[in-house]
Amino acid sequence: MDEVVSVRSNSEFRKGIQAGLSIGIGYFPIALTFGLLAKTTGLTVTETVLMSIIVFAGASQYISLSLLTLGTGVFEIVLTTFIVNIRHFLMSASLNEKVEKEGTSLKMLYSFGITDETFSVAALRDGKVSTGFLFGVITVSYSSWVINSGLGHIIGASLPVTLQESMSVALYAMFIGLLVPSMKKSVKVVFLAVIAASFNTIFTMIEVLSTGWSIVASTLLSAIIVEVVQTLRGREGVREHEK
Amino acid sequence: MKSEILWMIVGMGLVTYIPRMLPFVLFKGKELPTFLQGILKNVPYATLGALIFPGILFIQDDLWYGILGAAAAFIAAFLGANVIIVVLGSITVLTVYSYFF
Repeated sequence: MDEVVSVRSNSEFRKGIQAGLSIGIGYFPIALTFGLLAKTTGLTVTETVLMSIIVFAGASQYISLSLLTLGTGVFEIVLTTFIVNIRHFLMSASLNEKVEKEGTSLKMLYSFGITDETFSVAALRDGKVSTGFLFGVITVSYSSWVINSGLGHIIGASLPVTLQESMSVALYAMFIGLLVPSMKKSVKVVFLAVIAASFNTIFTMIEVLSTGWSIVASTLLSAIIVEVVQTLRGREGVREHEK
Repeated sequence: MKSEILWMIVGMGLVTYIPRMLPFVLFKGKELPTFLQGILKNVPYATLGALIFPGILFIQDDLWYGILGAAAAFIAAFLGANVIIVVLGSITVLTVYSYFF
């Protein structure tokens, strides 16, 4: 009986690895760029790899670099990270309905690996999601993220100075590259981004808030205003950008 | 390693892990209110807007440096280039620009 269970979960793990390969490949350039940017921001290779090992959340790791560059305090960076990553709460809540029965300690272990991408792969799977499958998906994704972060930092060390300077735009270019495809698909996304950008520009110009708080306040204001307007309009705007 | 950076990483790790973990421990099929879910779904797009502006304008003393970088990235992304091409494209544009100005 034990042997049957172990063979089954082993093949589930393998299926998870196969399903996670696309994430592993997809993380390669992002993690590599993260390593490069961490280097330009002034983090050591140890700090860079450690952040990828402990945090494992692409967007907020990028954001932390951008905030460090702006001279933001640690508390504001952690708070921004919380606000950016709290969306995982919903993903975990949704995935919790779909996973096979499992002990709390194993659930607490694999929940560490819930990202936008691992969630998507797992949540779109037919039927129940097994623990073995989740571990497979997460193992590939996590390894790719951590290893390529370190690789990016090491490669970044050998870049010429002019290139390193122009790379200061990379973070912003990436945000634009992430945002624009969603803006093309949904007017709501355009409003969210433009309203938050406007608030942040105003707060920065009149210097009422520090950079970090300004980003937190702008984000929440925009997210709440757009949601209130949408609710008042009876949700006639179709949420096309949501997968 | 700077201790400030270490604390930042530990803090980021904790606030990232806790929201990922809690639903698996707490929930037995309950859901958050729709309105709250909506706000949380809006957050990533709003954050990106606030992170791009006005920060991108001030990456160098020369204001045009940032504007050019933003324009290059926006055009590349609008034409459907993937993120890494957008990033490399705007780096290339700015590298060329700094050779001339």
